[in-house]
Amino acid sequence: MFPAPVQEASAPKRYAYYAAIVIALICWLLPLLAVMLTSIRTLEDFNVGNYWGLPREWKFSNYAEVFQQTPMFRYMLNTVIITLPAVAGAIALATLAGFALAKYRFRGNLLMFCMFVGGNFVPFQILMVPVRNMAVRMGLYDTYWALIFFHLAFQTGFCALFMRNFISTLPDALMESARVEGANEFQIFWSIILPLMRPALAALAVLIFTFIWNDYFWALVMVQSDAVKPVTTGLSALRGEWVASWQLISAGSIIAALPPVAMFFILQRQFISGLTLGAVK
Amino acid sequence: MNAPQQSVSLQSGVALAARRRGISIHLVPWIFLAPAVIVFGIYVIIPVFQSFWLSLFDWDGLSPTKKFIGVSNYTQLFQDEQFWTSLKNNVYWLVLFLLGPVIGLAIAIFLNQKVRGMRIVKSLFFFPFVLSGVVVGLVFSWFYEPSHGLLNTILGIFRIPPISPLSDEHLVTPSIIAAGLWPQIAYCMILYLTGLTAVDPEQIEAARIDGARGLKLLWHVIIPQLRPATFIAVVVTTIGALRSFDLVQVMTDGGPFGSSSILAYFMFQQSITNFRMGYGAAIAVVLFLIMSVFIAFFLRHMIRNERR
Repeated sequence: MFPAPVQEASAPKRYAYYAAIVIALICWLLPLLAVMLTSIRTLEDFNVGNYWGLPREWKFSNYAEVFQQTPMFRYMLNTVIITLPAVAGAIALATLAGFALAKYRFRGNLLMFCMFVGGNFVPFQILMVPVRNMAVRMGLYDTYWALIFFHLAFQTGFCALFMRNFISTLPDALMESARVEGANEFQIFWSIILPLMRPALAALAVLIFTFIWNDYFWALVMVQSDAVKPVTTGLSALRGEWVASWQLISAGSIIAALPPVAMFFILQRQFISGLTLGAVK
Repeated sequence: MNAPQQSVSLQSGVALAARRRGISIHLVPWIFLAPAVIVFGIYVIIPVFQSFWLSLFDWDGLSPTKKFIGVSNYTQLFQDEQFWTSLKNNVYWLVLFLLGPVIGLAIAIFLNQKVRGMRIVKSLFFFPFVLSGVVVGLVFSWFYEPSHGLLNTILGIFRIPPISPLSDEHLVTPSIIAAGLWPQIAYCMILYLTGLTAVDPEQIEAARIDGARGLKLLWHVIIPQLRPATFIAVVVTTIGALRSFDLVQVMTDGGPFGSSSILAYFMFQQSITNFRMGYGAAIAVVLFLIMSVFIAFFLRHMIRNERR
């Protein structure tokens, strides 16, 4: 194990290490702790210049105020409406594609794989004008569908890479024996491959849920009205209205961040296994 | 990944099954691929070419006619001071962002201990990665706020005069990059933590018996074994650096006076704010060409890995 386990070190060194961890953690999260502290501060505190001392009272109603005075709830709901179908669609398409890329040898296999991987890395700006025009022409501009379709299509690239690598690890013998028993390729996919993919599906779902939830650029380019705006552009618009009401901006930021953060802490194992795919091999 | 001897039997099996159904074996994978290839083609591959084509036109994005102007957008671009400022900032982003893997590795080594509660510590270090760019931007805007922000409050304790990171044209880009590094370091850290669990303990023991300690051990034994993690960390970091847009848009809108603009933001500003879609497309093409160097490098490495 590297570095040497602290358990082998002398007691003072060990305690120094524990202390160092706590200090490092506080420094690392300092900007976030500042926002959390500000989000429960009262206006009076600001007026008397108490920015960083202990708050005189803990004003959790700042959070309620965000929901009451702004369309924050609507924005959150919009994000959910956009994110869920896009995640489901991308995973469905990519599972099919990943199966083909992992288990069949055919001309164009590598080319298709490179297309998905390479396409996944292009800068968004090179897609922006044509994709936006397409949405405008199809009458989808400023609707949920503009974002759902784009995210679905774009995330398919990353998901196909992921699924292909996962399916490659499943033994060919499984498919072979099913074929001997007379199953066709589609039955093999449905009843042999798919049931084995549950862990990969979960890992991928949490991962691209956060990617899509956190999208800002496409939300900025494709939608503009409050009725469809997701939470990222919504929050940024609210910031313009709130000007310097930092207690509201802070509370709003925390609300917007909460769903992906909660998801991460609940499904940590899946999340990290998805993210670190390929970091060891 | 398919072992060759398995694939042979697999192929004959496929042929057998397909013949029974009356479809050509060549068609089977394409049926599975078709939906993904079609949507990916429509939304990703074709638009890349369309942008190249569009960069040769003068177009406001609204009028039905586009005026063909050849390479004028590009000649104009290369004379545009804002373009060079943005390009220079992109280079800053690229270089400074490489601190991500370095600091990420340092934190990973620091945290790679089996101590009670370590799991939650690792999660707390990692979770900035799941915050959206908008939230990170707002968090750091408040942190940097010149009159009451926490940064100046802390500097004040050490009697350092206050700074205003986001309105000083020399400080602004490094300050935004620092905010961008926060989630990026977290990502690299988790890659390295995973990598460290796969390091061969016998090699470490052997090196220790040979007297290797600390940095020497790290450099000669550990880092070579972390190569896969390093490769991915560097790839996602360079791509992330060139892709960054959210933080600049949220924190400064490219200001003060365009000094923190980067190509991604400059492109957005020209096309959406100034209605110069052709010009914007030309900027996007330049950004794409820079990026394709890294994409090509990544694909080459990946193909080599496949062949091995």
